[in-house]
Amino acid sequence: MPRLRIAELLSSIGSAAESRLAYLGGLAQLLVRASTHVFTSPLKRSLSFQRACHQAMVIGVGALPVISFITFFIGVIMALQGAYELRRFGALRLVADGVAISITRELGPLVTAIVVIGRSGSAFAAEIGTMKVTEELDALETMALHPIGFLVTPKLLAMLVMMPCLTIWADLMGVLGGSVFGVLGADFTFATYLAATIDALFMRDIITGLVKSIVFALVITGVGCQEGFATGAGSEEVGRSTTAAVVTSIFLVVLVDLVFTAIFYVTGGS
Amino acid sequence: MSSNTADGPIISGKDLRVQYGHREILHGINFDVQAEETIVILGGSGSGKSTLLRTMVGLEKPTSGAVWVGGTNLAQASAAEIDEVRKKIGLSFQGGALIGSMTVGENVALPLREHTKLEASTIEVMVRIKLQQVGLLKFQHFMPSQLSGGMKKRAALARAMAMDPEILFFDEPSAGLDPIVAAGIDNLILNLKKALAVTIVVVTHELASAFLIADRIIVLDAGHIVAMAPTEELRQSTHPRIQQFLNRVADSDAGDEVDQLQLFTERI
Ligand SMILES: Nc1ncnc2c1ncn2[C@@H]1O[C@H](COP(=O)(O)OP(=O)(O)OP(=O)(O)O)[C@@H](O)[C@H]1O
Ligand SMILES: [Mg+2]
Repeated sequence: MPRLRIAELLSSIGSAAESRLAYLGGLAQLLVRASTHVFTSPLKRSLSFQRACHQAMVIGVGALPVISFITFFIGVIMALQGAYELRRFGALRLVADGVAISITRELGPLVTAIVVIGRSGSAFAAEIGTMKVTEELDALETMALHPIGFLVTPKLLAMLVMMPCLTIWADLMGVLGGSVFGVLGADFTFATYLAATIDALFMRDIITGLVKSIVFALVITGVGCQEGFATGAGSEEVGRSTTAAVVTSIFLVVLVDLVFTAIFYVTGGS
Repeated sequence: MSSNTADGPIISGKDLRVQYGHREILHGINFDVQAEETIVILGGSGSGKSTLLRTMVGLEKPTSGAVWVGGTNLAQASAAEIDEVRKKIGLSFQGGALIGSMTVGENVALPLREHTKLEASTIEVMVRIKLQQVGLLKFQHFMPSQLSGGMKKRAALARAMAMDPEILFFDEPSAGLDPIVAAGIDNLILNLKKALAVTIVVVTHELASAFLIADRIIVLDAGHIVAMAPTEELRQSTHPRIQQFLNRVADSDAGDEVDQLQLFTERI
């Protein structure tokens, strides 16, 4: 009897792992197909470009205000948190270093990703899911237009450009937030705070953040669109796939972040 | 017009079986459509008309059998081959299926923009002509969500005709339209028939409209073809199922067909 249970358990773990792997495989396939569409059918490229620009506006420009506020506040919070410890060692001047490094390497890309998941990843799933339910995807296919090339490729292009841009902006706002504490709470001037920040940062830190943000862009677009395409019949299914897109994206983004941070830690040795 | 030409039928189905999941919807049907004829597929609600239409444009893969469209067997064709076929056809869906993020005009322009190298101004003119034909010229800049159900359907007709395709598929073009507009759609189809060398496949359960526009009629019942005959011949048919359909008699074991009964009584 117990042996049977264990076998059952193992096989259910096995099939769960299998379906996770299948999901990731599907994700990779979707992204590869979306990228190949960039290079095929040159006639369509200009239209595709227009759609990508439109997406970039929605994804990037629309997210600026909320990302600015959040990362600004997080900059202040990081400075306060850091100062709380550093004060005891009389090392208050290291606040700028701490903020700069944690924002550019970690929090800038992560917070940007989470805001973009909430705004755009969910919207991708909802848009594509609705189009599936209303047979718009079928209509595209009968016009010999490929839903992936038509819908996913512009989103992917826009995301690949906008995520790093938003991340750099988030980094700036985070540092700005930190500087507010630096000027008011520690004896920095704005100029000396910036100088300390620039001193503390290596190109490597910024690149690390940007590499992460590009992988996040892939994950968010892939998951959002995949969940959209996986929508079943009926409008309540659209809600389900939107939720799934957000939850899965956040999970995968954090997982990817962990993996990359570990890799950078092992290879960096700073 | 519907005479057998030397080059054979433009569409044909051979022992065509289609299923959704484990449920078979079309049970091995055989049919053919000659070039430049107008075929009407008649049948009750749920009889598989839309499924047949979706199979003819490659949206559903048959589980067995063949469906030839313009010399390509869609059951075995590659994605690229199916695309080639699709560039020669136009389909208007039962629910319209207009792209919600684009205006009516952009919807009609979409296939032209994507598949031709025409100037924007030429496309604009063509879009206006198509919209004029379905009486929607004034609504070119409306979003689909701002249209009524019947208007969406007409916009979908305009989009299906945008590329001047060789084969036009209409799924319930006049269901849910008021009688005047429905008659207008019938006239539109008759005009298309006269003016262009186009093959038209119409799914409908409007009997009057079917007899008006069809060269031949296929009667589909629960996934079987019970009749495929020239319009006049069908009118004389004594097949009980066809008579029942033509005379609007309800099934004794109502079930699915209650819908059908209601739909028909609404028309009176
Ligand atoms: N996507 C689908 N998945 C599963 N079953 C489906 C699907 N679409 C249709 N069916 C089933 O297939 C059968 C035929 O449906 P179809 O849409 O072809 O009917 P129809 O003849 O077009 O009816 P109507 O006149 O009401 O449009 C129905 O019983 C329906 O339940
Ligand atoms: Mg139907």
